[in-house]
Amino acid sequence: MNKTWLIIRREFLSRVRKRSFLVMTLLGPILFGGLMVAPALVASIPDGPKGILILDESGLLSESGIQSDDKHELRYLRPLEYNKESALALLKEKEEYDVLFHVPLSESGDPDFWKRNAALYGKEDVSLGLENYATDVLEKAILEHKLLAENVDPAVVANARTKVDLKTFNLSESAERESATEIKIVVGYAAGFFIYIFIFLYSAQIMRGVIEEKTNRIVEVLISSVRPFQMMIGKIFGIGSVGVLQFAIWVILSIVIFQVASSAFLDTQLDPEQIAAGAEVSTKGFDIIGQIESLPLYTILFGFLFFFVGGYLLYGALFAAVGAAVDSETDTQQFMAPLAIPLVLGLIVSSNVIENPHSDLAFWFSVIPFTSPIVMMVRIPFDVPAWELALSMGMMIIGFLATTWFAGRIYRVGILMYGKKTSYKELWKWIRYNPS
Amino acid sequence: MDSLLEAIEINKSYEGHRALSDLSIQIPRGSIYGLLGPNGAGKTSFIRIINQITAPDSGKILFDGHPLKPADIARIGYLPEERGLYKKMTVGEQALYLCRLKGLSQNDAKTRLKEWFERFEIESWWNKKIEELSKGMAQKVQFIVTVLHKPDLLIFDEPFTGFDPINTELIKSEIRRLNKEGATIIFSTHRMESVEEICDHITLINKSKKVLEGPLKKVRDDFRTNTFKIAYTGDAEKVTSTISQNFELIDDHAWHDHREATVKLPEGTAPNALLQSVLPIAVVDHFEEVIPSVNDIFIRMVQKGSAS
Repeated sequence: MNKTWLIIRREFLSRVRKRSFLVMTLLGPILFGGLMVAPALVASIPDGPKGILILDESGLLSESGIQSDDKHELRYLRPLEYNKESALALLKEKEEYDVLFHVPLSESGDPDFWKRNAALYGKEDVSLGLENYATDVLEKAILEHKLLAENVDPAVVANARTKVDLKTFNLSESAERESATEIKIVVGYAAGFFIYIFIFLYSAQIMRGVIEEKTNRIVEVLISSVRPFQMMIGKIFGIGSVGVLQFAIWVILSIVIFQVASSAFLDTQLDPEQIAAGAEVSTKGFDIIGQIESLPLYTILFGFLFFFVGGYLLYGALFAAVGAAVDSETDTQQFMAPLAIPLVLGLIVSSNVIENPHSDLAFWFSVIPFTSPIVMMVRIPFDVPAWELALSMGMMIIGFLATTWFAGRIYRVGILMYGKKTSYKELWKWIRYNPS
Repeated sequence: MDSLLEAIEINKSYEGHRALSDLSIQIPRGSIYGLLGPNGAGKTSFIRIINQITAPDSGKILFDGHPLKPADIARIGYLPEERGLYKKMTVGEQALYLCRLKGLSQNDAKTRLKEWFERFEIESWWNKKIEELSKGMAQKVQFIVTVLHKPDLLIFDEPFTGFDPINTELIKSEIRRLNKEGATIIFSTHRMESVEEICDHITLINKSKKVLEGPLKKVRDDFRTNTFKIAYTGDAEKVTSTISQNFELIDDHAWHDHREATVKLPEGTAPNALLQSVLPIAVVDHFEEVIPSVNDIFIRMVQKGSAS
């Protein structure tokens, strides 16, 4: 049997048989499923209304009819009975109130005075939610005050306001149908994020595996039987197949758990708006199946498999080289940064690419092999021109071959170096060094 | 001479450091060959070249008459100085894996491993993990894995580190047995005394260069200085003055209940002459030639080399 195949087999079996593999494989989907369901569940937990003391010295808020709602319990303090100090004392004393909203008297009658001088006092740090609420309330009151000063009826303005929910169409798609931007965002981002996680998890395992062989000193025993390159490739493919197996199980189990969980909790306990808030699915509630069908499904699937494997191989080889260059995991820091930065950058850029999937930024980051596995996946649901996809894939293959070659040269020298701290200068020598 | 391995003018440099310069060695088929020298002399570099882990900058290696080729690694067994095993893998599985990497089939590897495990009486270890074994036990497993594919050439780099005296003897006798069965053995070590009794040929390497080579007996003969040690009971003053008249007295001191003198004879003089002069005046308890150890020879060679 081929030696590389023997190595792949060992790397695969020794990991799959571990108890931790079984535990992670079973727990993973529970965690994933939990991550998907948890926000919806959390949102469904009833939260009591916040108590707000209002010292409205100029009567601004009460005039615009700001009243308690189900989230905010307001209590207006009479300006004749209270000043700021006594109001603050009351806030400290009464447990049921969280903040004091102080709107001072504007002696000149200038409405912008309130904008500058109104303040919110909390027992602790004021929460963002309360701050937003107070800001909204004050803005509304000031607006009404200004409108009245100009003799405009606020009811007319409120009536004139129109909320628009624009439908968008994509003419390039086969049928003229409503484009499904939200679902594309979810699919693209999820795919990109999956690849990102996969690369990080399993490339790190390759690195640890190489370090383990070095510290065990088995490496020189092996190297008299197999070429360093065979060792490296065997390790990358062996661990990669563990990852593919684990991810396949995760995906299947996650879908099952998500289905079970959503039918158990979501239908009965939550209103549709909250589900939408949790899962970031369209709030419009129209035909999701139809939207999914409008996506370039085969391209997405093919692209995912390609960039999934390609990205892993590209980074896997580099992480193997890092493992070979160091003696222990604590020494990996200096070499990890240049590998982690493009990966993280890919993820950061993705949030911009989602907004504008056909920009120059999106193009370049989806062609450069170090970021393309993530960024291209985010773009594919938005119909990337075929030539761009081909270019990106071609670059990916070239990139993978280049990093493997590069990593192989570091690897074969590095695995036989013990007890020496490696610098970048040293690595460069290894790459140029020609032993045969 | 029929050589199994022949190195011809091997040169190897690392960045700013010469590891081997023009090293030529012939390793006779069926010999136990000592590759001796201090740490950093270039021994491991040379061994890595034989194992095709690295390639020489220049020079040639002939193995069994042909230039060394990748397929030859199946005929070489190598126990490196830096050695170890996967800690989490079981002994049996690991041994099988390593043997299969050497090109043995699953069945062959299993049958032979069984034999060796029985010989070393370690069958019960098969399902244990390496981390459960002591260092010496792991070394035994490592030894078996090195020799299992019945290689024609066995290379041991500092083989006895980590073994207790009993296991050292066990391994030595196994090595002799393998040698009798036809394997050629290379020992690489800086502990010269550890191989004196086992090697029949040696090469001394110092600072990347070969300083001495040949059959161990010849090397020692070359370094004999016609010096003898004579242990006697009698009047020390009388004996030493008698010896000094005809020979060079190097040392004379009391040792337990008798005295011991070290005497160098002029070249060509037989030891009988010394005995004849001492016998009438003292009782000779013991008489032997002082034969230099490989260690002495090495130190002498290195000192000579640095002096010239």
